[in-house]
Amino acid sequence: MIKFALGRLLQAIPVLLVVITATFFLVHSAPGGPFSADKAVPPEVIKALEAQYNLDQPVWQQYFNYLGDVVKGDFGPSFKYSGRTVNELIAAGLPTTAELAFYAMLIAVGIGVLAGVTASLRPNTMQDYVPMTAAMIGICMPSFLLGPLLVLVFGIYLDWLPISGWGDIPGDKILPSITLGTGYAAYIARLSRGGMLEVLSQDYIRTARAKGLSEPLIIIKHALRGGLIPVVAFLGPAFAGLLGGSFVVETIFQIPGLGRFYVQAAFNRDYTLILGMTVFFSTLIIVFNLLSDMLAIWLNPKLRQEIRGTK
Amino acid sequence: MAILEVDGLKVYFHTRNGIVKAVDDVSFSVDSGETLAIVGESGSGKSVTCYSLLDLLPKPPAKIEGGTALFNGKDLLTCNTAEMREHRCNDIAVIFQDPMTSLNPFLTIGEQLIEPLIYHPNMDQRQGRSAAREKAIALLDEVGIINPENRFDSYPHEFSGGMRQRVMIAMALITEPKLLICDEPTTALDVTIQAQILELIKQLQQTRNVAVIFISHDLGVVAGIADKVIVMCEGTIREAGDTDRVFYRTQDKYTKKLLDAIPEGPKTILNRSDVSDNLVEVSHLKTYFIDQTHVQGGTGDRFIKAVDDISLTIARGEILGLVGESGSGKSTLGRSILQLAPTTAGTVKFQGQTLTGLNPKQLVPWRKKMQMIFQDPYASLNPRMTVFETLSEPLLYHGVATSKNIGHQVRQLMDDVGLAQSQLRKYPHEFSGGQRQRIAIGRAIATKPDFIIADEPVSALDVTIQAQILDLILNLVERHNLTMMFISHDLSVVRYISDRVIIMNRGVIVEQGKTEAVWANPEASYTKNLLAAIPLADPEAERARINNR
Repeated sequence: MIKFALGRLLQAIPVLLVVITATFFLVHSAPGGPFSADKAVPPEVIKALEAQYNLDQPVWQQYFNYLGDVVKGDFGPSFKYSGRTVNELIAAGLPTTAELAFYAMLIAVGIGVLAGVTASLRPNTMQDYVPMTAAMIGICMPSFLLGPLLVLVFGIYLDWLPISGWGDIPGDKILPSITLGTGYAAYIARLSRGGMLEVLSQDYIRTARAKGLSEPLIIIKHALRGGLIPVVAFLGPAFAGLLGGSFVVETIFQIPGLGRFYVQAAFNRDYTLILGMTVFFSTLIIVFNLLSDMLAIWLNPKLRQEIRGTK
Repeated sequence: MAILEVDGLKVYFHTRNGIVKAVDDVSFSVDSGETLAIVGESGSGKSVTCYSLLDLLPKPPAKIEGGTALFNGKDLLTCNTAEMREHRCNDIAVIFQDPMTSLNPFLTIGEQLIEPLIYHPNMDQRQGRSAAREKAIALLDEVGIINPENRFDSYPHEFSGGMRQRVMIAMALITEPKLLICDEPTTALDVTIQAQILELIKQLQQTRNVAVIFISHDLGVVAGIADKVIVMCEGTIREAGDTDRVFYRTQDKYTKKLLDAIPEGPKTILNRSDVSDNLVEVSHLKTYFIDQTHVQGGTGDRFIKAVDDISLTIARGEILGLVGESGSGKSTLGRSILQLAPTTAGTVKFQGQTLTGLNPKQLVPWRKKMQMIFQDPYASLNPRMTVFETLSEPLLYHGVATSKNIGHQVRQLMDDVGLAQSQLRKYPHEFSGGQRQRIAIGRAIATKPDFIIADEPVSALDVTIQAQILDLILNLVERHNLTMMFISHDLSVVRYISDRVIIMNRGVIVEQGKTEAVWANPEASYTKNLLAAIPLADPEAERARINNR
């Protein structure tokens, strides 16, 4: 298993290199720069600033300097937040975003699996149609629509929950988590329904019934394990997606997370911040994909032994 | 005394296309210690009959429309969920057909074995984990699992097919049932393993005095072990009676047809092969696969030697039978000869031309002359192509037909394989298994090849259909002057169709010779075992054979 993980991490190096290279030259080829502003700035000032951040060097030299820094784990100073490094900015925003993503994930898995399994037990009846229709709506509903809608209903009309903020007033974490998690819950519901339907039609489920096991035991012990493998495989990409895709929700609910920096960095041509965030998210996606793959393998005894065999 | 009495059982399937009467007015009874065989082809309702007793059918679409099934006087068809669980746990157990899919791949076999004991619905009968484990290990030992203490924690995929079926049998017996339903328990197994499993079931039945319902499509398997036989067709019982009566004094037309369809005895059409003209010459052919489980630092060979140094010749006009059990490398040999599998070493010559080492483009003209018929006509036909498209594709690709005369040629092919021309626009799913195999045969002979490899072409078919397809193949070989390699695990089929035979085991040729000579005087002990394991559709001969083992 360790060897498998190391192998996959080695494969990640060229992927990251491509990501860095593509992003680097893309942001540098975009018109404007970090110090072009609406107000006219004297050319000498810009010259001085560019010299300070080594922007007067040839692009390829900046590229290799940057690569060298990234290898050392240093994403460089931010161009806009003067005096702060990209590492500091990520470290400041990450806990909030990670917390939000974690709650959203709990909601997504909890509701999604429950709805999917419920639907799969009686396919093509109301017990199937109702959760699956809800899931379809959940998938179709973008978070920039769902968020304000929830705010309107639960925050304003009913006045049950706070409408913005993070950790200031009790309960203000509920609406953002639901907003972010709903789409994923819907997707997980569909995945788990499909997986369960497939497993429930297997011969070994019939065997379990023939042995006289109770229906709940058959579902929990014999069916869930195989039926939820598609969900497990999706967890990695989902968690990375939650972390990276939270900026809409963070904007709606005024949450001081990572997403905010990402969007502003793009507007500001804050080269180092854009690059740093991109590399950071790419690494997260790779790591979480690896983790969920490892979990899926561990759940399947046959694959588990094959991986062990190569150790 | 009858332990189970089924009377007037009716099970209908309510589908979109109307009601299918899967089981229609079926009655029978089984006594303790007795074996009742239910025989029939696919769709005859034999499995549905038994599954309905234990409420194992998916409802909907299945619905029990009438009848009673008294088990020790209590009706199984009307009992509630809790009562049914008691019956499943205490009274009736099932051995399913395919032990690969019928065991849960995610749980150890030990866990699966002890489940009915540790989760028994009746609290008084519920056992602790360690007691159940002890019982399971004793039972695994009894059914012939070596080293049961260690194997208890193994997963199903770590067992061979035969061993898996032994585990399945142990699982059925752990609750000490009074009635054992065996649903084609040996159909997925090799013939020598089948003989062992049948013997085991027979022996366990005698020591435990359980009643057995044995479902099978194979009259040969049934002949040796059944006391009574029921023949089913399209949901109804065609014939029922003592085994000897049904086999020796057959009354029903359908039963006669079934018995006649079993390939028996030597080939009747004369051999017209020209021994001096070798169409195919294979020398020292090796096809190795890298063994995934031994990639680094493992013990044992790094390669799976599917085909290991095989040399053979096939004369023009000959039908060569290639026999072997699963994993013998017979299919890989076939594919290697046709250059469909990458070979490791050795040469294959066809009409004097060396094929090994040619690139795909150079092979194209030779592909036209060598064709293949695959085992599963469900999987090997493209479901999105009509029969016309399937048959015309090779004709146009190899330039045998032009867009002008393609219609005529395809219709000619349909005639050749015995399909109605009106069915040209249909898709594969609209045909039965036998008809599909006819389409696949039509596709293979379309380019007028010289050589065809048929890989288990009748294994997926019912016995009456199998007889028709075998006759069609013999007829086409004769009429089109074909040379054929016929791959099969079924010795009777091979004997019926081939002039010469090669027996393969673990990648090497064990024995070869004229078919009848090998049958009369098998030299290798492996061949002797194989031949001795063939079940015969003759109760007396079969009983004698079992006693001699």
